[in-house]
Amino acid sequence: MPEVDASFLALPRRELAEAALRRARDLGAEFAEFRLERIRSESISLRDGVLESARDDEDLGLAVRVIHDGTWGFAAGVALTTDEAIRVAEQAVNLAQVSRPINSERIELADEPVYDAVTWVSAYDVDPQSVPRADKVALLTDYSHRLLSAAGVDHVTASVATVHECKYYANSKGTSYTQQRVRIGPEIQAVAVDAETGRFDSMASCAPPAGRGWEYLTGTGWDWDEELAAIPGWLAEKMAAPSVEPGRYDLVVDPTNLWLTIHESIGHATELDRALGYEANYAGTSFATLDKLGTLQYGSPVMHVTGDRVADHGLSTVGYDDEGVAGQQWDLVKDGVLVGYQVDRRMAKVNEDVLGTPRSNGCAYADSAGHIPIQRMANVSLQPAENGPSTEELISRVRNGIYIVGDKSWSIDMQRYNFQFTGQRFYKITDGKLDGQLRDVAYQATTTEFWGSMEAVGGPQTYVLGGALNCGKAQPAQSGAVTHGCPSALFRGVNILNTTQEAGR
Amino acid sequence: MTAIQLTPQDTVERALDLAATEGADGCVVLVAETSSANLRWANNTLTTNGAMRGSDVTVIATVGAGEGTAAGVVSRSSVTDATLREIVASAVAAARASGPAEDARPLVDGLVGADWAEEPDETSVTVYADFAPALGETLQRATKENRWLYGFADHEVVTLYVGSSAGLRLRHTLPRGHVSETGKTADKSQSAWVGAATRDFTDIDPLGLDAELTRRLGWASRTVSVEAGRHPTILPPAAVADLMTYLYWTLDGRDAHEGRSVFSKPGGGTRVGEVLSTRPVGLRSDPHVTGLETFPFAVARSSGGSASVFDNGLPLSGTDWIRAGKLEHLMTSRFTAELSGATAVTPAIDNYVVSVEGATGSVDDLVSGLDNGLLLTCLWYIRTVDPQTLLLTGLTRDGVYLVENGEVVGAVNNFRFNESPVDLLGRFTAAGATVPSFSREWGDYFSRTATPPLLVPDFNMSTVSQAS
Repeated sequence: MPEVDASFLALPRRELAEAALRRARDLGAEFAEFRLERIRSESISLRDGVLESARDDEDLGLAVRVIHDGTWGFAAGVALTTDEAIRVAEQAVNLAQVSRPINSERIELADEPVYDAVTWVSAYDVDPQSVPRADKVALLTDYSHRLLSAAGVDHVTASVATVHECKYYANSKGTSYTQQRVRIGPEIQAVAVDAETGRFDSMASCAPPAGRGWEYLTGTGWDWDEELAAIPGWLAEKMAAPSVEPGRYDLVVDPTNLWLTIHESIGHATELDRALGYEANYAGTSFATLDKLGTLQYGSPVMHVTGDRVADHGLSTVGYDDEGVAGQQWDLVKDGVLVGYQVDRRMAKVNEDVLGTPRSNGCAYADSAGHIPIQRMANVSLQPAENGPSTEELISRVRNGIYIVGDKSWSIDMQRYNFQFTGQRFYKITDGKLDGQLRDVAYQATTTEFWGSMEAVGGPQTYVLGGALNCGKAQPAQSGAVTHGCPSALFRGVNILNTTQEAGR
Repeated sequence: MTAIQLTPQDTVERALDLAATEGADGCVVLVAETSSANLRWANNTLTTNGAMRGSDVTVIATVGAGEGTAAGVVSRSSVTDATLREIVASAVAAARASGPAEDARPLVDGLVGADWAEEPDETSVTVYADFAPALGETLQRATKENRWLYGFADHEVVTLYVGSSAGLRLRHTLPRGHVSETGKTADKSQSAWVGAATRDFTDIDPLGLDAELTRRLGWASRTVSVEAGRHPTILPPAAVADLMTYLYWTLDGRDAHEGRSVFSKPGGGTRVGEVLSTRPVGLRSDPHVTGLETFPFAVARSSGGSASVFDNGLPLSGTDWIRAGKLEHLMTSRFTAELSGATAVTPAIDNYVVSVEGATGSVDDLVSGLDNGLLLTCLWYIRTVDPQTLLLTGLTRDGVYLVENGEVVGAVNNFRFNESPVDLLGRFTAAGATVPSFSREWGDYFSRTATPPLLVPDFNMSTVSQAS
């Protein structure tokens, strides 16, 4: 069981917190919270088997957020001294005072039990910080050369990003915790170029980022040997594949693709801050407005989507969020009906009667000490069917369709209706069997129509955790990491575009 | 012993000394002092705010590696005299753990800025001294008039210090700000958007922005359904910036040289020298262009296809990427310029200007000349679908209007589009004067753009979006 990094524990976290919280309280803050965060990240990238870039970053700072006269105030700084902690607390209160005249809603927070000096560490085996740089480069070099040595592969890019996040949180109600999380995001892509025609295409690994340590790159949680051996053949087949005929097709969507559709059309759509308009000027709102809770037919009856902060190896798995709320699991869509939202303490308090619960489900998070906590996505996952079918069984139910594997391009409108996705590989399905790859495929649909067309979900044996390290939200922009688990699933009659024709060629 | 926060200049000098002590052959140190202040509002009330101060130190150490040179890059915030030694030692160790770098070149030397000794500049909430009260007035007015306002104002000042063991001592201050605001009708069924970039907020008028939002929401008092298809479409400067920023980011010289870019030439090489448009259109960057000033030297904390950590401090000058419709240059480091046989080293610059020779007039002038078509406000969630053609997909957002007989006659539904900005350069049929613009999607961090409005006779609206 990993332990919190000793060098973080050696920082004067309690002294800084006490100084900041005391100063905020003395200045009349009704509520105050303090964060000390250290985010160590490393990114390594190779181009055609040669190290192109490697950098090692550390973001260390402190933040104070207050409620003063019913108004938020937030400030952040980098010097780890009590003088700076006091200055930041004063600045947060000052900002609340300056902002008071243009705030028309008093801020109140949902209650949460007090957690007294607790500690939580995420699930991983090998701390990426403990692995020598040369060993990391050597592994990526090996992976690159396996692809470069194959016929038809002209270029390879290989990269890995690792993050080691330590946080100390304390608030004026008495909660304090120390938390450590580790995550890793590999990307390996092969490119083929037809020198004569100038045509090129790519095939990337489907390995998602994960809440794991360096063991993920050496085979725990992903079979690299199998995938790297297969990529050149997949790429060659894609280069020679026929262009898709646009039209309506039945789709079997692999979890390596479906996670992203879930992220965009369910994950963001069930964020209550969006539904209430708080993201209207940036990321947008949501069609799944609060008045539809309990009645909106989001999808077919086989659709069961949960939000959680507790799944092992989830990228948004935490012990406690940035408002001191403990991790939980809950339903968002049950039997195809919208039944829940992702909320923070303020939204939980204001909408307590409609939500039917007086408690936040722990969805407040900031991407660093330099940013304010915002309502952030939990692990939002489509649940498999107990004793459900395999991917092959789902494919066998399709007469004329497409099996989609891996993610690539993605886009959705600002209320989460209209989306368009591509993928890594598209296999034609003829009479229940795979019939070779297609190219130039994109699927385009409206959220509720798409999920309403879901006829079946696969069993637990098809379930895969997908995810992203870089979900963007809020102003100033913040980057979040989030996991989405899902099984394979069968959809009927989805609109398929030919991307070459869309380009007018 | 108490840790001491060093001045930026002391950080640079001490780090260079420490690197030499650690045995580094060379070293570049970048110190970025940042301050920012922001206001965010929604549903006619302030929602969040913040004042942040940041300090970031990047040490790039170089050591001999076989017959070449290797680099190690380490960045840290919250650096003190006590932690600087560890940072430099880590950078040197990282370099020793790496093989020779392909992009290794002699460090840039010789330049010492006259303002090197000056302290960092700062911003604070006082930048909103005039803006905030006026914003409060518009929020109250919107409540009385049964409209909804949502928006964000941000101001940031970065002072960057770059020093190297080759003698480089450069300092540059970069202010950047923007405001963007969305207005909705009482039932939230119609929306409109305005946005602008600024350097200091003295040129931002919240009352004027609110008046423009009110005008656009007025256009939506009549709504019309329009089917998907290829429509004559006026793209205002903001929407042109949404698309051209993607084109700008794709001007990577190495990708093109390797055959994996829209700017690659079949049979090998790049499309430099090829005519992309028969129209006299230009795409130019210049760090000194008035109102869009940016760093006048290269800044790279990591190496990539068109950038190199060895090029830090390389002077930047005006660069024509496209001139009179012809592709003139792609983005290169010294290494990639040599690799691809480019005639000049042309690193990326953090601004651009798109212009059409001889084009004059505004969006309103293009509207007055259009018999039947669409005027859209801005684009959103733009992503690459096919890098071969640079086909992009995305949505229209917060205001698409029907133009008939030279007048806006109502609001129409939103669309998903599939289009390539490279193709658009060859297909637009009319343009207006180039003005400072603010991309809806990318303006938060790439705000130094100037673009003209364009009329595209057959913009591909792929499907209808229900979003409003």
